[in-house]
Amino acid sequence: MTMMVAVDDAQKLSFKRPIADGDTVIVYERHDCMRAVTVSPGSELQNRFGVFKHSDWVGKPFGSKVFSSKGGFVFLLAPTPQLWTLVLSHRTQILYLPDISFVVSYLEIVPGCVVLESGTGSGSLSTSLARAVAPSGHLFTFDFHEQRASSARADFQRNGLTSLITVTVRDIQGEGFPKEHEGSVDAVFLDLPQPWLAIPSASRCLKPDAVLCSFSPCIEQVQRTCETLRSSFTDIRTFEVLVRSYEIKEHCFAKSVSEEDGSPVGPPPQKRKQSTLPANKSEKTESNFSVMAKPCNTARGHTGYLTFARLTVLSN
Amino acid sequence: MEEEKLTGSEETSAAKANGLSEVNRGVAWDGCSVLLDINDGDRLVFSRLSPSASIKIGNKKCSLRPLVGCPFGSLFTVETGPSGPHLSRSAPSSTGNCVEEISKDEGQSVNEIRDNRSLIDNNTAQSLSSEDIEAMRSEGATGDEIVKALIANSSTFEKKTVFSQEKYKLKKQKKYAPKVLLRRPSMRSICETYFKKHPQRTGFMRVDTLSMLLSMANVGPYSDALVLDKLGGLVVGSVAERVGGTGYICSTYFGTVPYQIDIVRMFNLSSDVCARILQAPFSDLSPLQNAPSECAMSDPSDVRPGSPETAQPDPSNELLQDGDSLLDSRDNGDDTLTGQKPVKPGRKAPPEIVKSWKDNGFTSLIIAAPEMDVESLIMDLLPLLAYSAPFAIYHQYLQPLATCMHKLQASKMAIGMQISEPWLREYQVLPWRTHPHMQMNAFGGYILSGIRISNSNTGGVIEDKAA
Repeated sequence: MTMMVAVDDAQKLSFKRPIADGDTVIVYERHDCMRAVTVSPGSELQNRFGVFKHSDWVGKPFGSKVFSSKGGFVFLLAPTPQLWTLVLSHRTQILYLPDISFVVSYLEIVPGCVVLESGTGSGSLSTSLARAVAPSGHLFTFDFHEQRASSARADFQRNGLTSLITVTVRDIQGEGFPKEHEGSVDAVFLDLPQPWLAIPSASRCLKPDAVLCSFSPCIEQVQRTCETLRSSFTDIRTFEVLVRSYEIKEHCFAKSVSEEDGSPVGPPPQKRKQSTLPANKSEKTESNFSVMAKPCNTARGHTGYLTFARLTVLSN
Repeated sequence: MEEEKLTGSEETSAAKANGLSEVNRGVAWDGCSVLLDINDGDRLVFSRLSPSASIKIGNKKCSLRPLVGCPFGSLFTVETGPSGPHLSRSAPSSTGNCVEEISKDEGQSVNEIRDNRSLIDNNTAQSLSSEDIEAMRSEGATGDEIVKALIANSSTFEKKTVFSQEKYKLKKQKKYAPKVLLRRPSMRSICETYFKKHPQRTGFMRVDTLSMLLSMANVGPYSDALVLDKLGGLVVGSVAERVGGTGYICSTYFGTVPYQIDIVRMFNLSSDVCARILQAPFSDLSPLQNAPSECAMSDPSDVRPGSPETAQPDPSNELLQDGDSLLDSRDNGDDTLTGQKPVKPGRKAPPEIVKSWKDNGFTSLIIAAPEMDVESLIMDLLPLLAYSAPFAIYHQYLQPLATCMHKLQASKMAIGMQISEPWLREYQVLPWRTHPHMQMNAFGGYILSGIRISNSNTGGVIEDKAA
């Protein structure tokens, strides 16, 4: 019983809920090296740290450190939509945390909502949308590519999300959303090459004052989308969301090894002259130890523009 | 592979199961909390639709009763009637769209190009005086008619560019025909409003940052979320909105007086959801059951006379109207949704729930306390998280988070840590005028996020917390 999104109390993360056969765990080797593994009896995981038996994992709590035959270790984490975004297989370009979190908030999605999404892509946003509408709402997601829709369905099944997500193969640009959704939808998300083609249908599906979001990498797409939105929508706003990450470094003379990735955090050369090694690492005093922070050198420069709009409420 | 399809009636009952009936979610009801947007964001006011609620626009005071029963997103104008000025529902404004239509026709036509080289700003262009305007008003002229008259009596209007004419028209409309938009308060609108008008009250929490906190902490159904909220309840309310009527939100505090979380009341959370918002002092949650950690003692501003239930609302909160009962802790009348006595959010956590939190661990931790010492806070609160549970800490300063991250790495209490600085830029998208907004907010705070792990080297055991 996997628990990416808990749909009942027994599924929630807890000290008392151990890893069981059939669970999906996120194997954390390093902050930039993780993968999803389904626990099954008799199976093993092999990586640079050695061979890990799945049977060793069963019965332990999520968040445990587990060891390989040769003494290396990894951490077993409970799956979450964030972690899934980082480990899923990319069949298409995906959305990441900054865009995903902003979209969920700005679409004003709360449990119980009915949401439409097109295209499904690799299911990165879909998984977070499922969490946002759970346990009583639903996500209807559409993709015109049959194989990708199939892969997404398989992922959602593996992650226990089938009660929350319905995947349909459909060309939304060409055909619009199915008539059955008209007037009943709380939010629409579009990630399409020509989203303006889907806007008339979206406007029929949305309840008044409900929010639509269109994600487009190119400004020309955004301009055309906004032009089309103006007839039935109001409060049209376009944003860019990015994140800058920081790295930290210990500023001291004693060599200390950060366990996570095995790389030593070394001393800056100029300090060596004044230093005296402390007898015990844990006795570092304030005067010879500090932590510095600086922005990372690389960053994601652009993903896409997010355009939000509310379906105008008519006064009749 | 089955494809589930919900029928229309199932969707309705699904929404109802959440404690929010579909009707109420879209339509303002008697006693609900609303956000009034006057003149496209020029003025933002939170209010509650109680019988005596009113709003002052210009020099006219209008009752808010006409708003009850109207859908959120409805537009109102001030009309003068036999009983005085009142709000009346109006058609959605199409002025915003006119600019684009005009410019499409204009295109690149050379003959039509105008500029402002001969326009002199010396206050002599308008021939109507303020007395003339008042006379028009007392004769029953509508706001739009006054604006038309102003345009007709302006000697420079025809010489302006089309865009400039639109700007002029919009400016006059705002003054003489103000529009009031009825908006439903939600995490997004509450956060943005405070950020725009009184950011210091919500610790300069920007909406993208708050969104990231919620995602990073994996806030969702059946979450047992531990929240340290010193932003007036903005975070507690947002977490509760996201969790819905399942799970629990534990708003914890150090010392003996709970932190004020009045902003929660603006969210229109149903009784079911409010019942899930509990408060518990850290001393109750801590497994040590000793006095709270010294380093994380509450700061002096927390000390208030009296118990939390009778804590006085912040009188300087201009976002709320005079005489508004929004912060009135004595809720009168029944909850119109369920007909029951409304449950106040933030009641004291009962012992059996506290025990279950200790036994199971919290599934999320969010800390939003810009003035407090994060390092000691995280040392106190992280052990309350279940293993593999994520945490997200909001702070305005980088250095304390760097020190925190380092300490957590060294003590092997957490992995997957990251310090993020969210960046948000808004664009104006109009034909021939697409560019980022001229004004931009430069800083939305920092977030330290990570995942708690079991630092036991024996490979972790299921802990028996029942002791």
